[in-house]
Amino acid sequence: MNEELFVSGRDIPNIDPYLNIWHWQIPIYLFLGGLAAGILFFAGFYTVRGRGRKMQATVKWAPIIAPIVLVLGLGALFWDLKHKLFFWQLYTTVRLDSPMSWGAWTLMIITPVSLIWVASYMKEIFPWWDWKFPIVNRMEAWIIKNRVGLAWVMMIYAIILGVYTGILLSAFNARPLWNTSILGPLFLVSGFSTGLATTILISKDPKERKTLSRIDLVFIIIELFLIVHLFMGFLAGSETAIEAANLFLGGSFTVSFWVFVVILGLIFPAALETLELWGYHVPKWLPPTMILFGGLMFRFIMVEAGQITRYLY
Amino acid sequence: MRYAMAIDTKKCVGCGDCVVACQTENNVPHGYCRDWIVERVDGTYPSLSLEFRSERCNHCDNSPCVRCCPTGASHKAEGGIVLVTHTKCIGCGACIESCPYDARYPHPEGYVDKCTFCIHRVQKGQNPACVDVCPTRCLHFGDLDDPNSDVSLALKDRKWKVLAPEAGTKPQLYFLT
Amino acid sequence: MKTRRDFIKISAAGTGATVLGLSAFGAKKFKWFEPKIEGPVSDEDLTPYATYCEVCFWKCAGWAYVDKQGRIRKVVGNQNDPHCNGRLCPRGTGGVGMYYDEDRLKTPLIREKNSDGSQYFREASWDEALNLVATKMTEVKDKYGPEAFGLFNHGNPGTHLEHLLRAYGSESNAEPAFANCRGPRSAAYFSTFGAYIGSPECTDIRDTQCLVLIGSHLGENMHNSQVQEMSQAIDNGATIITVDPRFSTAAAHSTHWLPIKPSTDIALLMAWIHVLIYEELFNKDFVEKYTFGLDHLKEHVKNMTPEWAYGITDIQPDVIRTTAKAMAGAAPAVVIHPGRHVVWYGDDTQRERAMAILTALLGAWGKRGSLYLPESVSIPKYPQPEYPEPEWTWKDINEGKYPLATMGITTELLKASIPRLNKKHQVKAWLVGGTNLPLAMPDKKLFKEAADSVEFIAVMDTMPMEITGYADVILPEATYLERYDFIRSAQNREPNIALRVPAAEPKYDSKPGWWIAKQIGERLGLHDYFNYDDFSEVIDWQLKQMGTSLEEMKKIGVKTYPRQSGPLYIGEGEDFKFNTNTGKIELYAVDFSDEGFDPMPVYKPHPEPPQNFYRLIYGRAPMHTFSRTSNNPNLWDLMSENSVWVNPKVADLWGLKKDEEVWLKNQDGAVTSFPVKVRVTERIRWDSVYMVHGFGHSDKKLSRAFGRGASDEELITNIAVDPIMGGTGMRGNFITFLKEDPAMEVKEDKA
Repeated sequence: MNEELFVSGRDIPNIDPYLNIWHWQIPIYLFLGGLAAGILFFAGFYTVRGRGRKMQATVKWAPIIAPIVLVLGLGALFWDLKHKLFFWQLYTTVRLDSPMSWGAWTLMIITPVSLIWVASYMKEIFPWWDWKFPIVNRMEAWIIKNRVGLAWVMMIYAIILGVYTGILLSAFNARPLWNTSILGPLFLVSGFSTGLATTILISKDPKERKTLSRIDLVFIIIELFLIVHLFMGFLAGSETAIEAANLFLGGSFTVSFWVFVVILGLIFPAALETLELWGYHVPKWLPPTMILFGGLMFRFIMVEAGQITRYLY
Repeated sequence: MRYAMAIDTKKCVGCGDCVVACQTENNVPHGYCRDWIVERVDGTYPSLSLEFRSERCNHCDNSPCVRCCPTGASHKAEGGIVLVTHTKCIGCGACIESCPYDARYPHPEGYVDKCTFCIHRVQKGQNPACVDVCPTRCLHFGDLDDPNSDVSLALKDRKWKVLAPEAGTKPQLYFLT
Repeated sequence: MKTRRDFIKISAAGTGATVLGLSAFGAKKFKWFEPKIEGPVSDEDLTPYATYCEVCFWKCAGWAYVDKQGRIRKVVGNQNDPHCNGRLCPRGTGGVGMYYDEDRLKTPLIREKNSDGSQYFREASWDEALNLVATKMTEVKDKYGPEAFGLFNHGNPGTHLEHLLRAYGSESNAEPAFANCRGPRSAAYFSTFGAYIGSPECTDIRDTQCLVLIGSHLGENMHNSQVQEMSQAIDNGATIITVDPRFSTAAAHSTHWLPIKPSTDIALLMAWIHVLIYEELFNKDFVEKYTFGLDHLKEHVKNMTPEWAYGITDIQPDVIRTTAKAMAGAAPAVVIHPGRHVVWYGDDTQRERAMAILTALLGAWGKRGSLYLPESVSIPKYPQPEYPEPEWTWKDINEGKYPLATMGITTELLKASIPRLNKKHQVKAWLVGGTNLPLAMPDKKLFKEAADSVEFIAVMDTMPMEITGYADVILPEATYLERYDFIRSAQNREPNIALRVPAAEPKYDSKPGWWIAKQIGERLGLHDYFNYDDFSEVIDWQLKQMGTSLEEMKKIGVKTYPRQSGPLYIGEGEDFKFNTNTGKIELYAVDFSDEGFDPMPVYKPHPEPPQNFYRLIYGRAPMHTFSRTSNNPNLWDLMSENSVWVNPKVADLWGLKKDEEVWLKNQDGAVTSFPVKVRVTERIRWDSVYMVHGFGHSDKKLSRAFGRGASDEELITNIAVDPIMGGTGMRGNFITFLKEDPAMEVKEDKA
């Protein structure tokens, strides 16, 4: 029998026996970040493609949620800081090695960009809207004129944000479950998928919904593919990686992951969306809600499980 | 200059003196610790082996905590000692997640805290408190670049290992086996 | 039914909760950007005060570092002290916790009765408390004679009280350190070599080539300089042989670990002796010149072959021979460690005798790397009248039993306190200082009856230990960091002294032990024995007689003197007279045979655990000193509870999981008050379990230690008394596991 134990009474809160330094705030933050990234990317995408008129919800309505969600996400992050009064130190330096720094700065840019985007549609949304100051009206006019440019900026930053939500975790070599480069694309795809789901929920236009559903289906398939790839990678890896994978293959996260994330969060909504595309009647709120739920669960599980995994020595 | 520590697992009795000396020297709050002792037992009675390891921050050469810190609070000081500037730390926990040795903890005040190799003592030519208190003299500290330092001499003729070398952090705690 | 002396949990006392004064709020400043907990302070900004540690009996000298605000920050060893060589052990380093412990006894307390008969402690002034003790002492003296006032003591605080009682006319004292600890060693080595091992033990581990540990778990008992020297021995490549049913820390660091069947050590020792004699490996010159009785011994061990021992001990004959040869090869630089807590099976003096004989055969006495000849400084006596001669003392309490006891036997003092037993000499009242009897003494029933029988108990302590619950008066003592004390003078290679001065004012309303003893003495009209205002006067006077002064000692802490008694080792071929009946080392113990005991050790089998029971082996953890440190905040951080070590095979059988809580029940039906966590480990034999002693505190006022772990003492009800010196053998107890709370079972039975 092998036995390994602390004999000096080490029992630090949130560190022992299992690391649990990041609580519910971080998965929420990652979820909301990915969701906003998804919304903003497709708002930009259809604007660039010149199909803004046909995709009203995607371009005009859903983006209203983005800045709100981003601010909420930042709020969650702030909530999780242990030394809150010093949060401004984040913005005294740019640290290219640090995903956390990348995230702080990305949000610092994309949040105002999304606000500007929403502002540029204010008059379309509320015809009675008046900016009161002529200078603002002049700026608005300039933005509306250069909306495609803004859309490009927004798309690029949405991709950075989406990838970042995964890289924030995958940059931690110390946590074998996170330490895989698939996490970046996986979180990006998953985030875009939740963004699409939100837009689908908002959209009242069946045609728009159908378009978005088709894209969503592709994303779900990519996501499933990445998940399979993720586990193949783990199982071909070191003992620590195998141990990490085992948390999901018989370990304590098996049920929650495969049932809630994969089956209910991906396969079921994909099947339903397929049926819907084939013309069967499916409650229109069901597939996107399941995707959102699955995306949220995915982040909770990844953050929780990742903190348990560690190097063996 | 490269500060490092060698820990003789053949002599350590796991008494915890290094832990309590660190606590009183650095005013570490109760319930927390910057260093700790792991006991490892292998085998079946009566064919057994036992190893005590006095562990702490590895002051890694390739330190993930310094890299992932968004504010630069975690940084490298002279001789590769990894430190946290309390007034720069926002307590985001990224460095805690990044450490394969779980050597960092959130201080009740909010900032992240960890072993400093007692830099306030080292700068005055003293050893870290844990090294100076150890009754079995199983801790050796010093500058690896100095062939006559305590740590260099301890490593010279002995087999050693580092913890989780596969994490690639180039840790600077050497366990003599 | 309420007894006369209800055990009172001090939590009922006083109204201590008024601490949250307004100042606490006022002092809180709104410093947002400054960390509130201060970081380290450099040594040059701290003032060192000389002290020596009182967390255990090793008494290492050190420095208490005090910051500019007068707070004690840390305690660090004194570089010139041979007890610690500048390195305190974890308990010494954590000694500050004793001073800062907020559960400390804060004011004198007096037992009172409510109108309904229930009892409680009332906060009292020092005057009241001291007057009460003095009145009771006078009463006892008038009614029964001063001898009827007994003392249980340990360490420095006990010694102040001992001085008080000697002046008052009583020598009815006993300390658990003898009959519950190292008594058999004293008796055995005195009979063999005419000398005691003493403390710190005169083991020359530093220079040894072979260290033999018989159940001694050095490294887990942090006998500081010994642990340090064991580490040096490892560096020097010494052979270490450890005999222990448990894979102790020392065993792990040993060359040879002999996983012996418990209670069979004498057989192994005799087999070693057999091999040394019959394979002619013993140190012939030494044995011929210095010992008496080789022929007797040779005849005696004739049949005690390794093959014979194998059947008893489970140790393979070739291992016995190999280890015997290793010892012989290293002789005389061999330390057969005499151990310290050696009261195991009731024939402990004989086991110690076997170790002493082995030592003699190897010539491992008075030689470099074996047992050196220690020396201590004799401290001049501060002028005082002679102590009055008591009519009877602790020796008479034994009523002729245990002829070789050299100190009072605690259990006999307890028995003398029980009128029912109709002893010739009866004890009617107790002073207790520095020892927590309920957790230190086996046989709880005996203690309880005794405590309930005596008319008066006064307890001096720093902490609300269980013993305080039995007191009529509690005298809160200042910790060692807050008081002057006796000059430490203990034996060593070089004679030396160490000083203790206060590093801070006594916290709360606690007072130094010397002050308490003096105040009681003054009230008894014993001023001449306490002819000083402050104990520093006594120390200064003594130091000046010794060619130094308080002023100088405050700067150096420790002073070493040249040896007066001759060299550290016996010279080659030197004539040396041993203080025994024959003037030689007695392989055949003449005084044992005179008293009707076996003159040479004989292995006798001891009871073995019945089915489903396991032998209870207890021991120490390096971070605690028995039960006294379990509430120390710093040491509690290191180890807050004990566990019961169970072999995986046994755990499988019982379905016990790691960290599962169980209650333990012994062969007599005694059950632990609290559950204890299981540690499933290969480090213990399948026929035994292991627990660290000193946990399972039942006094709620010990806010951290209360209910943490279980007390092994509660399970030690079977005591094998050593007929030679009265030692209380405690390893003949067997336990089984209860997976359900036994208290619940009782409730169910009633329902």
